[in-house]
Amino acid sequence: MSTSIHVSLGQVAAALVLVVVAAAISRWRRADLEQDIAIATVRSFVQLTAIGYAIKLIFEADTIWLVLALLSVMVVFGAITARGRAKRVPDAFWPLLIALAVAGGATLGLVVALGIFDPTPRYLVPVGGMVIGNAMTASAVALNRLGDEVADSRARIEATLSLGATAREAAAPIVRRALRSGTIALVDSTKTTGLIFFPGTMVGMLLAGADPTDAVRLQLILLYSLLGSVAIAALIATTLAYRNFFTPAQQLREPDADALG
Amino acid sequence: MLFEIRDVSFSRGGRRVLDAIEAGVPAGAAAIVGPSGSGKSTLLRLLNRLADPERGTISYRGSPLVDYDPLKLRREVALVPQLPALLEGTVRSNLSYAAELAGKELDADRCLALAGLDAGFGERDVGRLSVGEQQRTMLARALAQQPRVLLLDEPTASLDASARDAVEATLAQLRRELDISLVLVTHDPEQARRLGDWALRLEEGRAVAAGALEEALA
Repeated sequence: MSTSIHVSLGQVAAALVLVVVAAAISRWRRADLEQDIAIATVRSFVQLTAIGYAIKLIFEADTIWLVLALLSVMVVFGAITARGRAKRVPDAFWPLLIALAVAGGATLGLVVALGIFDPTPRYLVPVGGMVIGNAMTASAVALNRLGDEVADSRARIEATLSLGATAREAAAPIVRRALRSGTIALVDSTKTTGLIFFPGTMVGMLLAGADPTDAVRLQLILLYSLLGSVAIAALIATTLAYRNFFTPAQQLREPDADALG
Repeated sequence: MLFEIRDVSFSRGGRRVLDAIEAGVPAGAAAIVGPSGSGKSTLLRLLNRLADPERGTISYRGSPLVDYDPLKLRREVALVPQLPALLEGTVRSNLSYAAELAGKELDADRCLALAGLDAGFGERDVGRLSVGEQQRTMLARALAQQPRVLLLDEPTASLDASARDAVEATLAQLRRELDISLVLVTHDPEQARRLGDWALRLEEGRAVAAGALEEALA
């Protein structure tokens, strides 16, 4: 897997033509997305360039501590971003932070322990980034659904509590649905991978000149690792977050006025 | 005394829903009467400890509610909410869930009969029941826990006159056949007269009268 290609800034600039096409479509059909497209283009350039230099430094330093620092920053920003999509869940930050940290740690720990990857920055940084990114999306979707479900099912939850069920028992059906909705997108895309779309890692490796068999095998490893990590993240996020809807006396809290939107 | 309500206030969303309520609710059949928005349902939720008052105390059989394990309390003091909210599945699965939580042997046919439903009803999917049937199933489910007190929130609010008469007959029968106290929330003073022997009248979150039925509703 020691392939490499050189991409010039000119080639990147040429790809901007497609961005212009996107902006033109938005303007023509009055989708009002031109400003967002511009922001997205600039942000992606700045962020990816910055992270590219950061990764280069980390690779050159070749120390595990810098890797851990980078992944920790990703976990914190991931939790902050996911919290923005789980507005109806009280105090969603801590469940998300723990979910991302455990999902990232457990997945990376396992792939290293099983001898799939060496514990070096060259593997841990990109794999960790993918794992944390996917775990963030999954737990954000799960908590978003959890918040909506609690808001829609207050009567049923209270009726179940009034039978003397614990908060855990009363919330079980909605926690189950939230966990499912957080995980299902990746399960579905894993089912159709290779048929309807080529996943990013495989595309990147093929472009970089790798043997297709190697590209496919690495992609499979990543897909399987991601399945595990999103399930862990969605499980931990929902299991910790549902408790925030209840008091210690097994009462459903009144909805936060801010969270009602 | 079944419930002692002392200086109880409760607010929701910045609005005072209950204001310094004082009442001693006796065992038997008590009615909480008042117009819509007077705080009746909120008071019933406090009796079931689905929420706690922000001020004041409520005691049940001489001990403050907060001293009870909320789960045990709710199995003994069962709330039947105004809007049916059954769990997915059959009528019987709802009944067994409730009985299991309370650690009671389920006699589904008897619970259904007490709630005015045929034994064959047990296998029906709750998603296919009318609102009236759902309300009766909610009542049967509460009875499956063999509670000592039933808190009923507008049990006939969404029913027509004949269904209402049937539910009222069921409640009267329950009192005759079981050693059970009822606390009934209703906006209809006539229903309170038909079913209760004690009443608390609420208006805009305040207790305006409490005592023997005719006295409180006069």
